[in-house]
Amino acid sequence: MKVHEYQAKAILSEFGIPVPKGGVATTPQEARRIAQELGGSAVIKAQVHAGGRGLAGGVKVVGSPQEAEATARGLLGHRLVTHQTGPEGVPVNHVLVEEPAQVSRELYLAVAIDSVARCPVVMASEAGGMEIEEVASTSPERVLRARVDVATGLQPYQCRNLAYGMNLPGDLIRPTASLVASLYRLFETKDCSLAEINPLALTVDGRLLALDAKLNFDDDALFRHPEVRALRDPEQEDPLEVEASKFDISYIKLDGDVGCMVNGAGLAMATMDSISLAQARPANFLDVGGGASEEQVAQAFKLILSDPQVKRILVNIFGGILRCDVAARGILAASQERAIQVPVVVRMLGTNAEEGKELLARSGLKITLASDLSEAALRIKQAASGI
Amino acid sequence: MSILVNENTRLLIQGLTGREGTFHGLRCLEYGTNLVAGATPGRGGTVWEGKVPVFNTVKGAVGETGANAALIFVPAAFAADAILESADAGIPLIACITEGIPVMDMVHVLRYLQDKPTHLIGPNCPGLISPEGRCKMGIMPGNIHTPGRVGVISRSGTLTYEAVNQLTTLGIGQSTCVGIGGDPLIGTSFVDLLQLFQEDSETEAVVLIGEIGGTKEQEAAEYIRSHFTKPVIALVVGTTAPPGRRMGHAGAIITGSAGQASEKVRALREAGAHIVPSPAEIGSTAKRVLG
Repeated sequence: MKVHEYQAKAILSEFGIPVPKGGVATTPQEARRIAQELGGSAVIKAQVHAGGRGLAGGVKVVGSPQEAEATARGLLGHRLVTHQTGPEGVPVNHVLVEEPAQVSRELYLAVAIDSVARCPVVMASEAGGMEIEEVASTSPERVLRARVDVATGLQPYQCRNLAYGMNLPGDLIRPTASLVASLYRLFETKDCSLAEINPLALTVDGRLLALDAKLNFDDDALFRHPEVRALRDPEQEDPLEVEASKFDISYIKLDGDVGCMVNGAGLAMATMDSISLAQARPANFLDVGGGASEEQVAQAFKLILSDPQVKRILVNIFGGILRCDVAARGILAASQERAIQVPVVVRMLGTNAEEGKELLARSGLKITLASDLSEAALRIKQAASGI
Repeated sequence: MSILVNENTRLLIQGLTGREGTFHGLRCLEYGTNLVAGATPGRGGTVWEGKVPVFNTVKGAVGETGANAALIFVPAAFAADAILESADAGIPLIACITEGIPVMDMVHVLRYLQDKPTHLIGPNCPGLISPEGRCKMGIMPGNIHTPGRVGVISRSGTLTYEAVNQLTTLGIGQSTCVGIGGDPLIGTSFVDLLQLFQEDSETEAVVLIGEIGGTKEQEAAEYIRSHFTKPVIALVVGTTAPPGRRMGHAGAIITGSAGQASEKVRALREAGAHIVPSPAEIGSTAKRVLG
């Protein structure tokens, strides 16, 4: 789960990590008031769950409260399009109004899970800022790493090594090491999947300041962090994906025209690949889950029917825990609430496949049955050319 | 013959008395698995379905029944504890079906298992099955399997069934089929299992099914190139998946170029694996390779 920058900074503060003074505004008037309190000059930052805000015009420096108000008006209630969002962009409902900082150096600090070493890893670099990804891929040695043995935890010497490695002045080693330890404590306490400060600024007056921050949380651990779950902003997500998540359906919107409904993530990917090999493009990834109910199948199928981009549908069910007759009933239930107006190809195999196919065949719906994956893909191809 | 499980496997199910545990416990029994015990705290002393004794602790179950394998159907919040309990009771093989275990919990589990002889399969996996030994230790439909000499290793659930079904339809039997799980942090890797299949005289070839995300397929490719002498038939799914989006499985997300399907296919092909051209051709590719 992602959170906004202002929410991430509030959590950093709780853990004793210094962030710029400021506040969040939902109206231009509030933005003006906060800028006033900061002494006039401020940085206005659009709060969206996407990177690339700066280049997209979502971060602006203003010189007066009036200018803060006008800038906030230009952002709030509008959609911001960045290279990470797609052409429709994401809505800006909050802006963060902060005191401008006098920065002498930009550092990078993050904690993530190293899935090869199977442990948390702390990463630090003196080449922080917008180009960190470039630095990480072209000169990986400039990103220092400290792996954490969870049996002993992150050790003070590891924090010091990272601080020395960033070539900081002597009087900043101890505060930096302490900040590294705090960020790791936050990562562990809150079950983050990523805790990143970029840039971690060194100000001209010699202070450390988290100028921008990104916290992502492990969805599977949210059950023990209700305070984190409360920070979710569904408006930043695709509405169909939000709808799917209510029913525990794993759904991702794509840009093709073949809607697909499959049980199991691996089989869903295999089905999408088969569609693509048949020179068509999937409109979505959809895994109804291994043990889906009739209700979940019906919701999933309605979701696909409600996508205006979908021009044909491929259903691929390998019955196991989810029986094929249950899947068929789900499809029929959905079709009664929402008429099927596009060609549908169904491939069913495994537990109760014959009953499932029988139910669909007798329903009077225009559904083409296919016996295996290659035939299913072929039928989908034919559905496009109107055969 | 087979790897990990056979007719001598004495299975314990943690969470046997729950809804999932009961449903799948019955299917394991039906298949022929030697299910000797259940473990559910608070239900010790009862007999499940009139057939299998239930114990409060895994240690108690092992002591009384000689259980040597554990299958876990415990909710995600308690699953790490369940794995550690079985490992601590000395059980050498644990398969954890549970999906959605917090990543930090798995970091601790894997750290604990690092110096232990325990094989952990999963989590978030369908388990494993050996048709010859009539041992089903998982949630896969038993009837699609047939005894034979091809090993199957996969990160997926239903896609594994798809692969097995294609093999069985073409008359190609399986020695052991293992779903290693769709999470980024799992116990037993492709490489661990390839090592076991290499040593298993009854396994002639291996079907390996990978997917986008992480570098597990590249690690497998490196092992295949340097150590594995039997034919490998490999499929990697997720060619059409966009970067940065999690495709159902927690581990199926492209975060760098190594996570792409094309990179994994390239590594496996260069290592000498036979690449399956489309998900519909797993069985036919195996047939062609086996001659």
